Amino acid sequence: MTPSLVSKYLGEREGQRPSPLSDRTQSGSKPLLELDALSVAIHGQPILRNLDLTIAPGEIVALTGESGSGKSMTALAAMGLLPHGAEMSGALRLDGRDHGQLSERRLCAIRGREIGMIFQEPMTALNPVQRIGQQVAETILVHRAMPRAAARARAAEVLARVGLPPDRVPPSRYPHELSGGQRQRVVIAMAIALRPKLLIADEPTTALDVTTQAQILALLRDLVREEGMALMMITHDLAVVAEMADRIAVMKSGEIVEQGETARLFAEMRHPYTRQLFEASRHRADLPAPRPDGPLLRVEAVTRHYPGPRAGLFRPGPPHVAVNGVSFEVARGERVGLVGESGCGKSTLARTILGLEPVQAGAITLDGAPVYRHGKPDRAVRRRVQVVFQDPYGSFNPRHRVGRLIAEPFHLLDDPPRGPERADAVARALIDVGLKPEHAEQHIHAFSGGQRQRIAIARALIIRPELVIFDEAVSALDVRVRAQILDLIADLSRQYGLTYLFISHDLSVVRGITDRVLVMRNGEIVEAGATETVFDTPAHGYTKSLLAAAPSLPQPPGGGHADDREPDAR
Amino acid sequence: MLAYALKRLLILAISLAIASLVIFLVVEVAPGDPASFMLGINARPDTVAALRAELGLDLPVHERYLAWVSGMVQGDFGTSYTYRAPVAQMVAERVQVSLPLALYALLLSTLIAFPAGIFAAARRGRAGDMAVMGATQLGVAVPNFWFAMLLVLLFALKLRWFSAGGFPGWEEPLQGLKALTLPAVALALPQAAILARVMRSALIDILHEDFIRTARAKGLSRRQALWRHGVRNALIPVLTIIGLQFSFLLAGAIIIEQVFFLPGLGRLIFQAITQRDLIVVESVVMLLVFAVIVVTFLTDLAYAAVDPRLRHRR
Repeated sequence: MTPSLVSKYLGEREGQRPSPLSDRTQSGSKPLLELDALSVAIHGQPILRNLDLTIAPGEIVALTGESGSGKSMTALAAMGLLPHGAEMSGALRLDGRDHGQLSERRLCAIRGREIGMIFQEPMTALNPVQRIGQQVAETILVHRAMPRAAARARAAEVLARVGLPPDRVPPSRYPHELSGGQRQRVVIAMAIALRPKLLIADEPTTALDVTTQAQILALLRDLVREEGMALMMITHDLAVVAEMADRIAVMKSGEIVEQGETARLFAEMRHPYTRQLFEASRHRADLPAPRPDGPLLRVEAVTRHYPGPRAGLFRPGPPHVAVNGVSFEVARGERVGLVGESGCGKSTLARTILGLEPVQAGAITLDGAPVYRHGKPDRAVRRRVQVVFQDPYGSFNPRHRVGRLIAEPFHLLDDPPRGPERADAVARALIDVGLKPEHAEQHIHAFSGGQRQRIAIARALIIRPELVIFDEAVSALDVRVRAQILDLIADLSRQYGLTYLFISHDLSVVRGITDRVLVMRNGEIVEAGATETVFDTPAHGYTKSLLAAAPSLPQPPGGGHADDREPDAR
Repeated sequence: MLAYALKRLLILAISLAIASLVIFLVVEVAPGDPASFMLGINARPDTVAALRAELGLDLPVHERYLAWVSGMVQGDFGTSYTYRAPVAQMVAERVQVSLPLALYALLLSTLIAFPAGIFAAARRGRAGDMAVMGATQLGVAVPNFWFAMLLVLLFALKLRWFSAGGFPGWEEPLQGLKALTLPAVALALPQAAILARVMRSALIDILHEDFIRTARAKGLSRRQALWRHGVRNALIPVLTIIGLQFSFLLAGAIIIEQVFFLPGLGRLIFQAITQRDLIVVESVVMLLVFAVIVVTFLTDLAYAAVDPRLRHRR
């Protein structure tokens, strides 16, 4: 960092800062942020209740809990950005000033200057029509902290600090020219451009791949250490919390149910909810022993490429190879995981297996019959494969009742059941996934995320497929719901002897639900083997780096199951 | 960016070629003889034959098409049968009225719509928004000729600020502009109402985007976030509508031209159709198609200027 710019324009605030590294814990130092019996209600509906929390300079405090627990609302309250109709009571003090008493004007002066915020979705957090340097400089300019030229220089400097040096990623780039991880770095640069005292990060790595996540977390940790900022980190991921936070506050339904220093909190886990979250996070489904019974799915040297961007007006560019010479087999009754980072080609592979896309080379057969024939999926094969997608809401037509939604795959049958027979099938499918037959009469919006995913599974199962593909099927769910869905998937496998292809970027999920795992990178399978073997003794460097990057939970108090994950080598 | 522009230009050229072919085929090759159509049922066979020769209808189709196209490229649009005057000259006279009128109306409509739409979006759900929405609802519902009549009643007959109709030509530009003012306002009001609604809804959508929240977290006020991050992002749908409106204004002003006695393109084509002057119809239609395609091209360039993501898509 050029000392000139910082000392010239921001230096006067340096003195107020405690020296970094000296005050790692809150003991003795005055809290920077103080929530004192903070409650928030929106249109009379209580959202946050009686929160007491302090964050000291140089401290990382994590707020964790499931969706709807009030984590993000707490962050918005700290920013003074509560939605319309919100009423705040109690006190929220930054440096002793109560935000509830400040005018909107004063809050604008504080946001960005004293508090910086990082958001969950880097893909949409940046203005698509402005250059990144300009967006970072805006933080400085809107607070009139520096003249324009200095602000530009400072923007370039901050971008370099977060890992976007001008020679590789110039500030003149637009957001769409950057990857998700790079965009998140830009968001961080905007948040720290004026060296705020408090940084709030709301699920900053949830949308990112595990290796990118590790880099961003390391960056945040360094910033806190070097600049002496306080970090309020909001995340549902207990493993991330365990690695990052000095202290943890566990939230449930708008209340902090337990808080304390990270090591002690994990060691004690006084509140049952904390324990439930912890157990659910390390949940392994109870899979029945695999009884592989001859190959069912056979993928042979499959290559799928898309036309690349044109090199000239009439010159086609080099094709983008999404799947490159992939071969594997899945035996009947086997549960196979497919892991890899976003863009590695795993979803493309899934679509080709479903017969939704042609392949340029190789063959995909189910029980010897090709899934794709004469330019379309083969119906006879297609009815034996079903899929469950990530977003259980987006994959349902909101205007149809659940009964009709579940019965959709019947169109694959030549002689679909009708009348009472059909109603019976729907009812059975609902019971299979732990719902009630009368749910068939309701619309999809009446269900929670977990129930929707159960409905998606019911829809996949209704025509009794042999192979079910789960494409990030539990990624959007809260940990406790996720554990239940994984149990359900294991139960169904036991009951119907189903074969699974389980696609996910989440290594811990794949570990808990599969017998065998394939690791995919850049369209190729780099490692394959029995799940436990691959996770315990990875052979390929890429698998090793994936596993090393994944944050891990601490050992449970009083020992645990025999198969507990080893704490990483790090 | 250059590749993007070149590709749009190529699309423009292809569209023009296809359009000319379609218009030619519909008018000249469709069943029925143009000459006897133009002369009516009671025409004498020798008159028809004479006209056929004059129009060159005895030549093979492809030669006629090429002659028509190459003529147009050189500015020769043929000769009007009814007026016995070069079509190019007639069209040029009318364009002098229609093009400024369309541009004038578009300018007014944009000047009204942008502030109104932005104002309403910024005050969503409040009194100001409801007032703008009510006014635009009225603007969309009421036909422009009715506005035109009201404007004439008030500004021409009662206040006598403007004349009630006619066009004095461009010898005195201010007088010309003045004569076009009432028609332009009458044309602009319904367009402005539509544009304001599009602006408002596009902006409201944008205001829910994550990057507006990011801007607020940087310390921008609500108003700053709206102006610096909202408006430019809302422009894409607005530009689409502006492009469509210009094409409409150029040729669609028939009724307004009638109300104000303006010698515009709309009236020309209307008269040509009633007099079965196919040569004029054909040429004016081709000209309008050309205008629409050029406007589309310009709109595409404007998109790319607004949104950097499009510049890289070829």
